[in-house]
Amino acid sequence: MTRPPRRPGGSLADALWRRPGLLAALLLALPVLWLVVVYLGSLAALLVQSFYALDDFSGLVVEEFTLATYAQLFTAANLAIIQRTVLMAAAVTLASAVVAFPIAYVAARYARGWRKAAFYLAVMLPLWSSYLVKVYAWKLILAKEGILTWAFAKVGLTPLLEAVLAIPGIGGNSLSVSYIGTFLVFLYVWLPYMILPMQAALERVPTNLLDASADLGARPGETFRHVILPLALPGVVAGSIFTFSLTLGDYIIPQIVGSSRLFIGQAVYTQQGTAGNVPLAAAFTMVPIAIMGLYLWGAKRAGAFDAL
Amino acid sequence: MRSERTPLPLALAAGAGLLFLLGPLLLIFVYAFTTEERSFAWPPPGLTLRWFAVAWERPDVWAALFLSLKVAAVSTLLALVLGTLVAAAVSRTRFFGRETISLLVILPIALPGIVTGIALRSAFGMMEIPFSFWTIVLGHATFCIVVVYNNAVARFRRLSGSLVEASMDLGADGFQTFRHIILPNIGSALLAGGMLAFALSFDEVIVTTFTAGQQQTLPLWMLEELIRPRQRPVTNVVAMVVVLVTFLPILAAFFLTRDGGETAGVGK
Repeated sequence: MTRPPRRPGGSLADALWRRPGLLAALLLALPVLWLVVVYLGSLAALLVQSFYALDDFSGLVVEEFTLATYAQLFTAANLAIIQRTVLMAAAVTLASAVVAFPIAYVAARYARGWRKAAFYLAVMLPLWSSYLVKVYAWKLILAKEGILTWAFAKVGLTPLLEAVLAIPGIGGNSLSVSYIGTFLVFLYVWLPYMILPMQAALERVPTNLLDASADLGARPGETFRHVILPLALPGVVAGSIFTFSLTLGDYIIPQIVGSSRLFIGQAVYTQQGTAGNVPLAAAFTMVPIAIMGLYLWGAKRAGAFDAL
Repeated sequence: MRSERTPLPLALAAGAGLLFLLGPLLLIFVYAFTTEERSFAWPPPGLTLRWFAVAWERPDVWAALFLSLKVAAVSTLLALVLGTLVAAAVSRTRFFGRETISLLVILPIALPGIVTGIALRSAFGMMEIPFSFWTIVLGHATFCIVVVYNNAVARFRRLSGSLVEASMDLGADGFQTFRHIILPNIGSALLAGGMLAFALSFDEVIVTTFTAGQQQTLPLWMLEELIRPRQRPVTNVVAMVVVLVTFLPILAAFFLTRDGGETAGVGK
Protein backbone atom coordinates (compact mmCIF):
# COMPACT_ATOMS: atom_id res chain seq x y z
CA MET A 1 0.00 0.00 0.00
CA THR A 2 1.34 3.39 -0.94
CA ARG A 3 0.73 6.57 0.92
CA PRO A 4 -1.36 9.08 -0.98
CA PRO A 5 0.87 11.88 -2.30
CA ARG A 6 1.01 14.82 0.08
CA ARG A 7 -0.37 18.03 -1.25
CA PRO A 8 1.59 21.17 -0.51
CA GLY A 9 -1.19 22.46 1.76
CA GLY A 10 -1.16 19.25 3.78
CA SER A 11 1.64 19.97 6.17
CA LEU A 12 0.27 23.44 6.75
CA ALA A 13 -3.18 21.99 7.53
CA ASP A 14 -1.60 19.49 9.94
CA ALA A 15 0.36 22.20 11.68
CA LEU A 16 -2.78 24.30 12.11
CA TRP A 17 -4.76 21.32 13.39
CA ARG A 18 -2.17 20.66 16.07
CA ARG A 19 -2.09 24.28 17.13
CA PRO A 20 -5.67 25.53 17.37
CA GLY A 21 -4.49 28.80 18.90
CA LEU A 22 -2.56 29.62 15.74
CA LEU A 23 -5.56 28.66 13.62
CA ALA A 24 -7.84 30.93 15.65
CA ALA A 25 -5.36 33.78 15.35
CA LEU A 26 -5.19 33.36 11.57
CA LEU A 27 -8.97 33.18 11.26
CA LEU A 28 -9.48 36.21 13.44
CA ALA A 29 -6.74 38.42 12.01
CA LEU A 30 -8.76 39.90 9.16
CA PRO A 31 -12.16 40.45 10.84
CA VAL A 32 -10.64 41.77 14.06
CA LEU A 33 -8.38 44.10 12.11
CA TRP A 34 -11.47 45.36 10.25
CA LEU A 35 -13.54 45.89 13.41
CA VAL A 36 -10.72 47.47 15.36
CA VAL A 37 -9.59 49.80 12.58
CA VAL A 38 -12.94 50.72 11.06
CA TYR A 39 -15.21 50.59 14.08
CA LEU A 40 -13.18 51.14 17.24
CA GLY A 41 -10.95 53.54 15.31
CA SER A 42 -13.99 55.59 14.36
CA LEU A 43 -15.31 55.56 17.92
CA ALA A 44 -11.91 56.77 19.11
CA ALA A 45 -11.96 59.55 16.52
CA LEU A 46 -15.39 60.52 17.81
CA LEU A 47 -14.20 60.61 21.42
CA VAL A 48 -11.23 62.77 20.45
CA GLN A 49 -13.49 65.17 18.54
CA SER A 50 -15.68 65.70 21.61
CA PHE A 51 -12.71 67.21 23.43
CA TYR A 52 -12.17 69.80 20.68
CA ALA A 53 -14.25 72.94 20.43
CA LEU A 54 -15.70 75.17 17.76
CA ASP A 55 -14.18 78.63 17.46
CA ASP A 56 -17.16 80.99 17.56
CA PHE A 57 -15.57 83.60 15.31
CA SER A 58 -14.04 81.53 12.53
CA GLY A 59 -16.57 78.69 12.72
CA LEU A 60 -13.66 76.24 12.50
CA VAL A 61 -12.87 73.38 14.84
CA VAL A 62 -9.88 74.13 17.09
CA GLU A 63 -7.94 70.93 17.56
CA GLU A 64 -6.85 71.46 21.15
CA PHE A 65 -7.92 69.61 24.27
CA THR A 66 -10.72 71.43 26.06
CA LEU A 67 -13.77 70.67 28.16
CA ALA A 68 -15.65 73.68 26.78
CA THR A 69 -17.79 71.53 24.51
CA TYR A 70 -18.97 69.40 27.43
CA ALA A 71 -19.76 72.58 29.36
CA GLN A 72 -21.90 73.61 26.40
CA LEU A 73 -23.63 70.21 26.51
CA PHE A 74 -24.84 70.81 30.06
CA THR A 75 -26.71 74.04 29.34
CA ALA A 76 -30.44 74.15 30.03
CA ALA A 77 -31.55 73.85 26.40
CA ASN A 78 -29.41 70.79 25.75
CA LEU A 79 -30.34 69.16 29.05
CA ALA A 80 -34.01 69.57 28.06
CA ILE A 81 -33.26 67.65 24.84
CA ILE A 82 -31.59 64.85 26.80
CA GLN A 83 -34.43 64.69 29.34
CA ARG A 84 -37.09 64.61 26.59
CA THR A 85 -35.31 61.77 24.78
CA VAL A 86 -34.77 59.67 27.89
CA LEU A 87 -38.43 60.11 28.95
CA MET A 88 -39.60 59.06 25.48
CA ALA A 89 -37.28 56.03 25.50
CA ALA A 90 -38.60 54.99 28.92
CA ALA A 91 -42.24 55.42 27.85
CA VAL A 92 -41.68 53.45 24.63
CA THR A 93 -39.91 50.68 26.55
CA LEU A 94 -42.69 50.33 29.14
CA ALA A 95 -45.45 50.39 26.53
CA SER A 96 -43.74 47.86 24.29
CA ALA A 97 -43.32 45.48 27.26
CA VAL A 98 -47.08 45.73 27.90
CA VAL A 99 -48.10 45.30 24.24
CA ALA A 100 -45.52 42.57 23.58
CA PHE A 101 -46.44 40.36 26.53
CA PRO A 102 -49.72 38.83 25.25
CA ILE A 103 -48.18 38.15 21.81
CA ALA A 104 -45.03 36.60 23.28
CA TYR A 105 -46.99 34.59 25.84
CA VAL A 106 -49.50 33.13 23.38
CA ALA A 107 -46.70 32.38 20.89
CA ALA A 108 -44.56 30.68 23.55
CA ARG A 109 -47.25 28.86 25.50
CA TYR A 110 -50.22 28.03 23.28
CA ALA A 111 -49.27 28.29 19.59
CA ARG A 112 -48.23 24.99 17.98
CA GLY A 113 -47.50 23.86 14.41
CA TRP A 114 -48.48 26.30 11.67
CA ARG A 115 -49.78 28.78 14.22
CA LYS A 116 -46.33 29.00 15.76
CA ALA A 117 -44.80 29.65 12.31
CA ALA A 118 -47.50 32.26 11.62
CA PHE A 119 -46.73 34.05 14.90
CA TYR A 120 -43.03 33.97 14.11
CA LEU A 121 -43.51 35.41 10.62
CA ALA A 122 -45.99 38.01 11.89
CA VAL A 123 -43.20 39.33 14.11
CA MET A 124 -40.35 38.86 11.62
CA LEU A 125 -41.99 40.58 8.65
CA PRO A 126 -42.51 43.93 10.42
CA LEU A 127 -39.07 43.57 12.05
CA TRP A 128 -37.32 43.20 8.71
CA SER A 129 -39.45 45.45 6.50
CA SER A 130 -37.89 48.70 5.55
CA TYR A 131 -37.65 51.07 8.48
CA LEU A 132 -38.59 54.07 6.33
CA VAL A 133 -41.57 52.30 4.82
CA LYS A 134 -42.83 51.61 8.33
CA VAL A 135 -42.43 55.26 9.28
CA TYR A 136 -44.12 56.22 6.02
CA ALA A 137 -47.05 53.89 6.75
CA TRP A 138 -47.56 55.73 10.04
CA LYS A 139 -47.42 59.08 8.31
CA LEU A 140 -50.34 57.80 6.21
CA ILE A 141 -52.17 56.52 9.30
CA LEU A 142 -51.68 59.58 11.48
CA ALA A 143 -52.34 62.23 8.81
CA LYS A 144 -55.25 64.56 9.56
CA GLU A 145 -57.11 63.18 6.52
CA GLY A 146 -55.88 59.63 7.23
CA ILE A 147 -57.45 56.38 8.33
CA LEU A 148 -57.31 56.98 12.08
CA THR A 149 -59.27 60.24 11.95
CA TRP A 150 -61.71 58.50 9.62
CA ALA A 151 -62.10 55.54 11.98
CA PHE A 152 -62.70 57.79 14.99
CA ALA A 153 -65.39 59.66 13.00
CA LYS A 154 -67.02 56.38 11.89
CA VAL A 155 -67.56 55.19 15.45
CA GLY A 156 -68.48 58.67 16.66
CA LEU A 157 -65.43 59.18 18.85
CA THR A 158 -64.10 62.33 17.15
CA PRO A 159 -64.59 64.37 20.37
CA LEU A 160 -62.37 61.88 22.21
CA LEU A 161 -59.59 62.28 19.63
CA GLU A 162 -59.91 66.06 19.84
CA ALA A 163 -59.82 65.94 23.65
CA VAL A 164 -56.61 63.85 23.55
CA LEU A 165 -55.02 66.23 21.03
CA ALA A 166 -55.95 69.18 23.23
CA ILE A 167 -53.82 67.87 26.13
CA PRO A 168 -51.02 70.42 26.50
CA GLY A 169 -47.50 69.09 26.07
CA ILE A 170 -48.23 65.79 24.36
CA GLY A 171 -51.07 66.91 22.05
CA GLY A 172 -50.92 69.01 18.92
CA ASN A 173 -52.71 70.12 15.79
CA SER A 174 -53.01 66.56 14.50
CA LEU A 175 -51.60 63.21 15.59
CA SER A 176 -48.77 63.46 13.05
CA VAL A 177 -47.36 66.59 14.70
CA SER A 178 -47.80 65.49 18.33
CA TYR A 179 -45.66 63.55 20.81
CA ILE A 180 -48.41 60.91 20.87
CA GLY A 181 -47.72 60.33 17.18
CA THR A 182 -43.96 60.10 17.75
CA PHE A 183 -44.58 57.68 20.61
CA LEU A 184 -46.86 55.45 18.50
CA VAL A 185 -44.35 55.22 15.66
CA PHE A 186 -41.48 54.41 18.06
CA LEU A 187 -43.66 51.78 19.72
CA TYR A 188 -44.54 50.22 16.37
CA VAL A 189 -41.05 50.21 14.93
CA TRP A 190 -39.30 48.74 18.00
CA LEU A 191 -42.04 46.38 19.24
CA PRO A 192 -40.66 43.21 17.52
CA TYR A 193 -37.34 43.74 19.33
CA MET A 194 -39.24 43.35 22.60
CA ILE A 195 -41.40 40.40 21.51
CA LEU A 196 -38.56 38.11 20.40
CA PRO A 197 -36.41 38.01 23.57
CA MET A 198 -39.56 37.99 25.71
CA GLN A 199 -40.87 34.96 23.83
CA ALA A 200 -37.48 33.24 24.17
CA ALA A 201 -37.58 33.78 27.95
CA LEU A 202 -41.21 32.66 28.27
CA GLU A 203 -40.51 29.48 26.33
CA ARG A 204 -38.06 28.49 29.03
CA VAL A 205 -40.62 28.81 31.85
CA PRO A 206 -41.39 25.19 32.84
CA THR A 207 -45.13 24.51 32.64
CA ASN A 208 -45.08 22.35 35.75
CA LEU A 209 -44.23 25.46 37.77
CA LEU A 210 -47.46 27.04 36.51
CA ASP A 211 -49.36 23.86 37.38
CA ALA A 212 -47.80 23.79 40.83
CA SER A 213 -48.72 27.40 41.41
CA ALA A 214 -52.34 26.72 40.39
CA ASP A 215 -52.47 23.55 42.51
CA LEU A 216 -51.33 25.51 45.52
CA GLY A 217 -54.34 27.75 45.04
CA ALA A 218 -52.89 30.77 43.28
CA ARG A 219 -55.26 32.71 41.06
CA PRO A 220 -53.98 33.42 37.50
CA GLY A 221 -53.05 36.97 38.50
CA GLU A 222 -50.98 35.70 41.41
CA THR A 223 -49.26 33.08 39.24
CA PHE A 224 -48.43 35.83 36.78
CA ARG A 225 -46.99 38.10 39.45
CA HIS A 226 -45.05 35.55 41.46
CA VAL A 227 -44.02 32.93 38.86
CA ILE A 228 -44.21 34.11 35.24
CA LEU A 229 -43.03 37.69 35.65
CA PRO A 230 -39.85 36.94 37.66
CA LEU A 231 -38.89 34.19 35.22
CA ALA A 232 -39.64 36.31 32.15
CA LEU A 233 -37.84 39.36 33.51
CA PRO A 234 -34.45 38.66 31.88
CA GLY A 235 -36.24 38.56 28.52
CA VAL A 236 -37.97 41.85 29.22
CA VAL A 237 -34.68 43.45 30.21
CA ALA A 238 -33.01 42.08 27.06
CA GLY A 239 -35.81 43.50 24.91
CA SER A 240 -35.67 46.81 26.73
CA ILE A 241 -31.99 47.15 25.78
CA PHE A 242 -33.09 47.35 22.16
CA THR A 243 -36.19 49.52 22.59
CA PHE A 244 -34.32 51.92 24.88
CA SER A 245 -31.13 52.14 22.83
CA LEU A 246 -32.90 52.44 19.50
CA THR A 247 -35.19 55.20 20.75
CA LEU A 248 -32.26 57.10 22.26
CA GLY A 249 -30.34 57.19 19.00
CA ASP A 250 -33.10 57.66 16.46
CA TYR A 251 -33.32 60.97 14.67
CA ILE A 252 -35.58 60.18 11.73
CA ILE A 253 -38.88 59.35 13.44
CA PRO A 254 -39.13 62.55 15.52
CA GLN A 255 -38.16 64.52 12.44
CA ILE A 256 -40.97 63.07 10.32
CA VAL A 257 -43.71 62.51 12.89
CA GLY A 258 -43.81 64.85 15.85
CA SER A 259 -43.46 68.39 17.10
CA SER A 260 -40.47 70.49 16.15
CA ARG A 261 -38.73 70.08 19.52
CA LEU A 262 -35.46 68.17 19.17
CA PHE A 263 -34.41 64.72 20.37
CA ILE A 264 -30.76 63.71 20.99
CA GLY A 265 -30.39 62.13 17.56
CA GLN A 266 -31.70 65.22 15.80
CA ALA A 267 -29.40 67.42 17.88
CA VAL A 268 -26.41 65.30 16.80
CA TYR A 269 -27.50 65.44 13.19
CA THR A 270 -28.02 69.21 13.03
CA GLN A 271 -24.85 69.95 15.01
CA GLN A 272 -22.66 67.95 12.64
CA GLY A 273 -24.54 68.99 9.51
CA THR A 274 -25.94 72.49 9.18
CA ALA A 275 -24.28 73.90 12.30
CA GLY A 276 -20.90 72.35 11.43
CA ASN A 277 -20.17 71.84 15.13
CA VAL A 278 -18.77 68.30 15.03
CA PRO A 279 -17.32 68.53 18.59
CA LEU A 280 -20.73 69.28 20.11
CA ALA A 281 -22.31 66.53 17.99
CA ALA A 282 -19.64 64.13 19.27
CA ALA A 283 -20.25 65.22 22.87
CA PHE A 284 -23.99 64.69 22.38
CA THR A 285 -23.30 61.16 21.10
CA MET A 286 -21.47 60.36 24.32
CA VAL A 287 -24.79 60.73 26.19
CA PRO A 288 -26.51 57.67 24.65
CA ILE A 289 -23.23 55.75 24.84
CA ALA A 290 -22.91 56.54 28.55
CA ILE A 291 -26.57 55.77 29.25
CA MET A 292 -26.40 52.50 27.32
CA GLY A 293 -23.15 51.59 29.07
CA LEU A 294 -24.85 51.94 32.46
CA TYR A 295 -27.94 50.17 31.16
CA LEU A 296 -25.97 47.22 29.77
CA TRP A 297 -24.03 46.94 33.02
CA GLY A 298 -27.29 46.79 34.97
CA ALA A 299 -28.81 44.35 32.47
CA LYS A 300 -25.81 42.07 32.74
CA ARG A 301 -26.24 41.97 36.51
CA ALA A 302 -29.92 41.06 35.97
CA GLY A 303 -28.81 38.13 33.81
CA ALA A 304 -30.42 39.51 30.65
CA PHE A 305 -27.69 38.36 28.29
CA ASP A 306 -28.60 34.71 28.75
CA ALA A 307 -31.98 35.52 27.21
CA LEU A 308 -30.62 37.13 24.06
CA MET B 1 -54.65 20.26 34.87
CA ARG B 2 -55.16 23.56 33.12
CA SER B 3 -56.76 23.50 29.69
CA GLU B 4 -54.47 24.08 26.70
CA ARG B 5 -56.96 26.46 25.07
CA THR B 6 -55.85 30.08 24.93
CA PRO B 7 -57.87 32.16 27.44
CA LEU B 8 -60.08 34.59 25.54
CA PRO B 9 -58.75 37.90 26.94
CA LEU B 10 -55.19 36.78 26.18
CA ALA B 11 -56.15 35.71 22.66
CA LEU B 12 -57.86 39.07 22.06
CA ALA B 13 -54.86 41.02 23.34
CA ALA B 14 -52.48 38.98 21.18
CA GLY B 15 -54.76 39.38 18.15
CA ALA B 16 -54.91 43.14 18.64
CA GLY B 17 -51.13 43.16 18.93
CA LEU B 18 -50.74 41.26 15.67
CA LEU B 19 -53.16 43.62 13.93
CA PHE B 20 -51.07 46.53 15.21
CA LEU B 21 -47.95 44.85 13.77
CA LEU B 22 -49.29 43.91 10.34
CA GLY B 23 -52.05 46.47 9.63
CA PRO B 24 -49.72 49.37 8.72
CA LEU B 25 -47.87 47.18 6.19
CA LEU B 26 -51.13 46.17 4.52
CA LEU B 27 -52.13 49.83 4.30
CA ILE B 28 -49.04 50.49 2.14
CA PHE B 29 -50.42 48.10 -0.45
CA VAL B 30 -53.73 49.99 -0.66
CA TYR B 31 -52.12 53.41 -0.96
CA ALA B 32 -49.98 52.30 -3.94
CA PHE B 33 -53.20 52.13 -6.01
CA THR B 34 -54.92 55.33 -4.86
CA THR B 35 -55.91 58.01 -7.39
CA GLU B 36 -55.36 60.75 -4.79
CA GLU B 37 -52.22 62.80 -5.54
CA ARG B 38 -52.01 65.58 -3.01
CA SER B 39 -52.99 64.15 0.35
CA PHE B 40 -53.07 60.91 2.33
CA ALA B 41 -56.89 60.83 2.20
CA TRP B 42 -58.64 57.71 3.48
CA PRO B 43 -60.63 55.97 2.06
CA PRO B 44 -58.93 56.30 -1.35
CA PRO B 45 -61.28 58.10 -3.78
CA GLY B 46 -60.46 55.62 -6.56
CA LEU B 47 -58.00 52.92 -7.57
CA THR B 48 -55.53 53.09 -10.47
CA LEU B 49 -52.43 51.36 -11.83
CA ARG B 50 -51.15 54.60 -13.34
CA TRP B 51 -48.51 55.31 -10.69
CA PHE B 52 -46.67 52.08 -11.40
CA ALA B 53 -46.01 53.32 -14.95
CA VAL B 54 -44.98 56.77 -13.67
CA ALA B 55 -42.59 55.25 -11.12
CA TRP B 56 -41.16 52.95 -13.81
CA GLU B 57 -40.16 55.99 -15.91
CA ARG B 58 -38.29 57.76 -13.10
CA PRO B 59 -34.49 57.68 -13.66
CA ASP B 60 -33.76 58.92 -10.11
CA VAL B 61 -35.60 55.94 -8.62
CA TRP B 62 -33.66 53.52 -10.84
CA ALA B 63 -30.30 55.14 -10.03
CA ALA B 64 -31.01 54.97 -6.29
CA LEU B 65 -32.18 51.37 -6.58
CA PHE B 66 -29.05 50.27 -8.45
CA LEU B 67 -26.74 52.00 -5.98
CA SER B 68 -28.56 50.29 -3.09
CA LEU B 69 -28.31 46.88 -4.77
CA LYS B 70 -24.61 47.36 -5.49
CA VAL B 71 -23.82 48.49 -1.94
CA ALA B 72 -25.86 45.61 -0.47
CA ALA B 73 -24.17 43.02 -2.69
CA VAL B 74 -20.60 44.14 -1.93
CA SER B 75 -21.28 44.63 1.81
CA THR B 76 -22.90 41.20 2.03
CA LEU B 77 -19.90 39.55 0.37
CA LEU B 78 -17.47 41.26 2.76
CA ALA B 79 -19.65 40.44 5.75
CA LEU B 80 -19.91 36.79 4.66
CA VAL B 81 -16.12 36.41 4.60
CA LEU B 82 -15.46 38.30 7.84
CA GLY B 83 -18.45 36.89 9.73
CA THR B 84 -17.64 33.29 8.80
CA LEU B 85 -14.02 33.69 9.86
CA VAL B 86 -15.01 34.99 13.31
CA ALA B 87 -17.68 32.31 13.72
CA ALA B 88 -15.18 29.56 12.81
CA ALA B 89 -12.61 30.86 15.29
CA VAL B 90 -15.05 31.46 18.13
CA SER B 91 -16.89 28.14 17.85
CA ARG B 92 -13.96 25.78 17.23
CA THR B 93 -11.44 26.99 19.74
CA ARG B 94 -11.39 28.44 23.21
CA PHE B 95 -8.99 31.25 23.69
CA PHE B 96 -8.37 34.22 25.87
CA GLY B 97 -10.61 37.15 24.96
CA ARG B 98 -13.24 35.07 23.22
CA GLU B 99 -16.05 36.98 24.94
CA THR B 100 -14.44 40.26 23.96
CA ILE B 101 -14.46 39.21 20.30
CA SER B 102 -18.18 38.39 20.48
CA LEU B 103 -18.85 41.75 22.07
CA LEU B 104 -16.77 43.51 19.41
CA VAL B 105 -18.83 41.90 16.65
CA ILE B 106 -22.15 42.77 18.30
CA LEU B 107 -21.20 46.33 19.27
CA PRO B 108 -21.90 48.02 15.89
CA ILE B 109 -25.50 46.85 16.10
CA ALA B 110 -25.95 47.26 19.87
CA LEU B 111 -24.99 50.92 19.92
CA PRO B 112 -27.48 53.31 18.29
CA GLY B 113 -26.94 53.66 14.53
CA ILE B 114 -26.28 57.34 14.89
CA VAL B 115 -23.18 56.55 16.97
CA THR B 116 -21.77 54.30 14.24
CA GLY B 117 -22.71 56.89 11.63
CA ILE B 118 -21.15 59.93 13.22
CA ALA B 119 -18.13 57.94 14.38
CA LEU B 120 -17.40 56.84 10.81
CA ARG B 121 -18.05 60.35 9.56
CA SER B 122 -15.68 61.98 11.98
CA ALA B 123 -13.05 59.35 11.17
CA PHE B 124 -13.44 60.04 7.43
CA GLY B 125 -13.21 63.74 8.20
CA MET B 126 -10.06 63.41 10.29
CA MET B 127 -8.34 61.25 7.68
CA GLU B 128 -9.68 63.38 4.82
CA ILE B 129 -11.25 60.42 2.99
CA PRO B 130 -13.76 61.74 0.43
CA PHE B 131 -17.25 60.20 0.37
CA SER B 132 -17.60 57.44 -2.21
CA PHE B 133 -19.25 54.11 -2.88
CA TRP B 134 -16.65 52.54 -0.61
CA THR B 135 -17.37 54.76 2.39
CA ILE B 136 -20.98 53.50 2.29
CA VAL B 137 -19.79 49.89 1.96
CA LEU B 138 -17.35 50.29 4.86
CA GLY B 139 -20.18 51.20 7.22
CA HIS B 140 -22.63 48.62 5.94
CA ALA B 141 -20.19 45.69 6.01
CA THR B 142 -19.30 46.55 9.62
CA PHE B 143 -22.84 46.12 10.96
CA CYS B 144 -23.67 43.22 8.58
CA ILE B 145 -20.89 41.03 10.07
CA VAL B 146 -22.99 40.32 13.15
CA VAL B 147 -25.92 38.90 11.14
CA VAL B 148 -23.70 36.43 9.26
CA TYR B 149 -21.83 35.65 12.48
CA ASN B 150 -25.04 34.85 14.41
CA ASN B 151 -26.22 32.41 11.75
CA ALA B 152 -22.84 30.80 11.12
CA VAL B 153 -21.85 30.37 14.77
CA ALA B 154 -25.00 28.38 15.54
CA ARG B 155 -24.29 26.00 12.66
CA PHE B 156 -20.57 25.65 13.46
CA ARG B 157 -21.48 24.55 16.97
CA ARG B 158 -23.55 21.69 15.56
CA LEU B 159 -20.90 20.68 13.04
CA SER B 160 -19.14 17.75 14.66
CA GLY B 161 -15.39 18.12 15.00
CA SER B 162 -14.92 14.42 14.22
CA LEU B 163 -16.15 15.03 10.64
CA VAL B 164 -13.27 17.42 10.08
CA GLU B 165 -10.83 15.04 11.77
CA ALA B 166 -12.03 12.16 9.61
CA SER B 167 -11.54 14.23 6.48
CA MET B 168 -7.99 15.15 7.48
CA ASP B 169 -7.19 11.54 8.49
CA LEU B 170 -8.23 10.44 5.01
CA GLY B 171 -5.59 12.73 3.58
CA ALA B 172 -7.54 15.85 2.66
CA ASP B 173 -5.71 19.10 3.20
CA GLY B 174 -7.26 22.16 4.82
CA PHE B 175 -8.72 23.57 1.63
CA GLN B 176 -10.24 20.25 0.54
CA THR B 177 -11.77 19.81 3.98
CA PHE B 178 -13.20 23.31 3.80
CA ARG B 179 -14.53 22.79 0.28
CA HIS B 180 -16.05 19.31 0.73
CA ILE B 181 -16.90 19.06 4.44
CA ILE B 182 -17.29 22.45 6.09
CA LEU B 183 -18.88 24.46 3.28
CA PRO B 184 -21.72 21.98 2.50
CA ASN B 185 -22.52 21.85 6.21
CA ILE B 186 -22.65 25.57 6.85
CA GLY B 187 -23.91 26.51 3.35
CA SER B 188 -27.57 27.09 4.13
CA ALA B 189 -26.76 29.03 7.31
CA LEU B 190 -24.45 31.28 5.27
CA LEU B 191 -27.15 31.71 2.63
CA ALA B 192 -29.67 32.70 5.30
CA GLY B 193 -27.18 35.03 7.01
CA GLY B 194 -26.21 36.51 3.66
CA MET B 195 -29.81 37.23 2.72
CA LEU B 196 -30.50 38.87 6.05
CA ALA B 197 -27.33 40.94 5.71
CA PHE B 198 -28.46 41.94 2.23
CA ALA B 199 -31.88 43.00 3.53
CA LEU B 200 -30.26 44.91 6.39
CA SER B 201 -27.90 46.80 4.09
CA PHE B 202 -30.57 47.42 1.44
CA ASP B 203 -32.75 49.10 4.05
CA GLU B 204 -30.15 50.98 6.10
CA VAL B 205 -30.60 54.73 6.34
CA ILE B 206 -29.20 56.09 9.63
CA VAL B 207 -25.55 55.18 9.12
CA THR B 208 -25.82 55.85 5.38
CA THR B 209 -26.84 59.50 5.84
CA PHE B 210 -23.44 60.05 7.43
CA THR B 211 -21.33 58.10 4.95
CA ALA B 212 -22.99 58.77 1.56
CA GLY B 213 -22.19 62.43 0.94
CA GLN B 214 -24.11 63.45 -2.18
CA GLN B 215 -24.93 59.89 -3.29
CA GLN B 216 -28.48 58.64 -2.99
CA THR B 217 -29.37 55.08 -2.03
CA LEU B 218 -33.02 54.04 -2.20
CA PRO B 219 -33.65 54.61 1.53
CA LEU B 220 -32.07 58.05 1.24
CA TRP B 221 -34.38 58.76 -1.71
CA MET B 222 -37.36 57.71 0.46
CA LEU B 223 -36.14 59.87 3.33
CA GLU B 224 -35.94 62.89 1.03
CA GLU B 225 -39.54 62.22 -0.07
CA LEU B 226 -40.66 61.83 3.53
CA ILE B 227 -39.18 65.15 4.61
CA ARG B 228 -40.08 67.12 1.49
CA PRO B 229 -42.84 65.22 -0.33
CA ARG B 230 -42.83 66.01 -4.03
CA GLN B 231 -44.40 62.95 -5.62
CA ARG B 232 -46.56 61.14 -3.10
CA PRO B 233 -48.01 58.56 -5.53
CA VAL B 234 -44.50 57.54 -6.71
CA THR B 235 -43.40 57.22 -3.08
CA ASN B 236 -46.43 55.00 -2.40
CA VAL B 237 -45.45 52.67 -5.24
CA VAL B 238 -41.77 52.57 -4.24
CA ALA B 239 -42.79 51.82 -0.62
CA MET B 240 -44.89 48.87 -1.75
CA VAL B 241 -42.12 47.48 -3.96
CA VAL B 242 -39.60 47.81 -1.10
CA VAL B 243 -41.92 45.86 1.22
CA LEU B 244 -42.23 43.08 -1.37
CA VAL B 245 -38.48 43.00 -2.05
CA THR B 246 -37.62 42.64 1.66
CA PHE B 247 -40.34 40.04 2.32
CA LEU B 248 -38.88 37.54 -0.13
CA PRO B 249 -35.41 37.13 1.47
CA ILE B 250 -37.03 36.96 4.94
CA LEU B 251 -39.39 34.18 3.88
CA ALA B 252 -36.52 32.34 2.15
CA ALA B 253 -34.25 32.70 5.20
CA PHE B 254 -37.07 31.47 7.41
CA PHE B 255 -37.59 28.30 5.40
CA LEU B 256 -33.83 27.68 5.11
CA THR B 257 -33.19 27.76 8.85
CA ARG B 258 -36.56 26.47 10.06
CA ASP B 259 -35.42 22.87 10.51
CA GLY B 260 -32.16 23.83 12.16
CA GLY B 261 -33.88 25.28 15.19
CA GLU B 262 -31.83 28.44 15.14
CA THR B 263 -33.85 31.53 14.43
CA ALA B 264 -32.49 33.59 11.61
CA GLY B 265 -32.65 37.31 12.01
CA VAL B 266 -33.42 37.45 15.70
CA GLY B 267 -30.25 39.41 16.21
CA LYS B 268 -31.06 42.15 13.72
